[in-house]
Amino acid sequence: MCGAVEGGLSLDGVDVAKEAVVQGQVTRDGEPVGNAYVRLLDKSGEFTAEVPTSATGHFRFFANDGEWTLRTLAAKADVVDTKVTAAVGSVAEVAIAI
Amino acid sequence: MSREDTLVSTQWAEDNIDNDQVVLIEVDEDTTSYDKGHIRGAIKFDWSVDLQDQVRRDIINKEGFEALLSKNGVSNDHTVVLYGGNNNWFAAYAYWYFKLYGHNDVKLIDGGRKKWELESRELTQDVPERTAATYTAQELDTTKRANRDDVVAAIGAKNLVDVRSPDEYAGRLLAPAHLPQEQAQRAGHPPTAANIPWSKAANDDGTFKSNDELTKIYEEAGVDFSKDTIAYCRIGERSSHTWVVLHELLGYENTRNYDGSWVEYGSLVGVPIVLGDERGEA
Repeated sequence: MCGAVEGGLSLDGVDVAKEAVVQGQVTRDGEPVGNAYVRLLDKSGEFTAEVPTSATGHFRFFANDGEWTLRTLAAKADVVDTKVTAAVGSVAEVAIAI
Repeated sequence: MSREDTLVSTQWAEDNIDNDQVVLIEVDEDTTSYDKGHIRGAIKFDWSVDLQDQVRRDIINKEGFEALLSKNGVSNDHTVVLYGGNNNWFAAYAYWYFKLYGHNDVKLIDGGRKKWELESRELTQDVPERTAATYTAQELDTTKRANRDDVVAAIGAKNLVDVRSPDEYAGRLLAPAHLPQEQAQRAGHPPTAANIPWSKAANDDGTFKSNDELTKIYEEAGVDFSKDTIAYCRIGERSSHTWVVLHELLGYENTRNYDGSWVEYGSLVGVPIVLGDERGEA
């Protein structure tokens, strides 16, 4: 999509000081992948949340302090697991290539 | 009920797109999802408008349900097939609604919208035109719905199944992690509630696990199927998913969904709440 920038989701209206944001972009061969599914798993591997990516491949979670795993599912692609550390008051940016 | 009565496959749905006896309905948390693309012929229910009383905090009444279905050309003899995103949370909520008002020929697409998309099946933006029908609902079946007093009475006496994520159960989060967290009520869970996240019942692709796997999950978590069960979550949608598992797939008819859920319970004055990962004592 035109004008999309890496990690480019607007945080307008989000009180970042109170949230542990985990966000990023899913790409295939450098191109954004919309309608992929990103699952947020906690440190025990338990499912916590899932979102479809936007047309620009972006996703966002409001997590909590700690270690998380992002599991990405997309049509015609293998499942990709990516570790991330989140902390309240910060934004963890994650780039996921499938 | 049985698994075969409750679920259809994505392939079955695709094969029945042109079947006049079947009405496909998409119900999503993200109510714009349908507008971006849906299964050909499917209509949309907006859970926040169509399935909520717009004045009181409640489900829509019998007349409202009749008007909704009539307007959308759904008759009493149609086979209603529901699907949606978020592993069918809101489609399961709509499924529970159809059962509350006595429409028994209702099914869920196993895996919902996610499985349909992951299989690269066709989506369209064309909105079908349906001729209005005359729908007559049954009286609300209160045996499938629990209220706040039922939950308080169930503490230490019946199965309370909290289907939220472990962090919500323990009180570390107030909402699913893809939603902003700021809310006014208390966090935690009622004493003796077991935390069996809805997601344990689903595979990664959104389909339901096998009945043997499902039975094992609930039994190992201490659910005594000889007792009545109340499932709840934050606003009643994820627990509808679990209600479908327990009441429909496994056939435990003494299962009720508490649609007031944590947003109501966690705002009540004076009710017992436990913080942390332990169930707590009655």
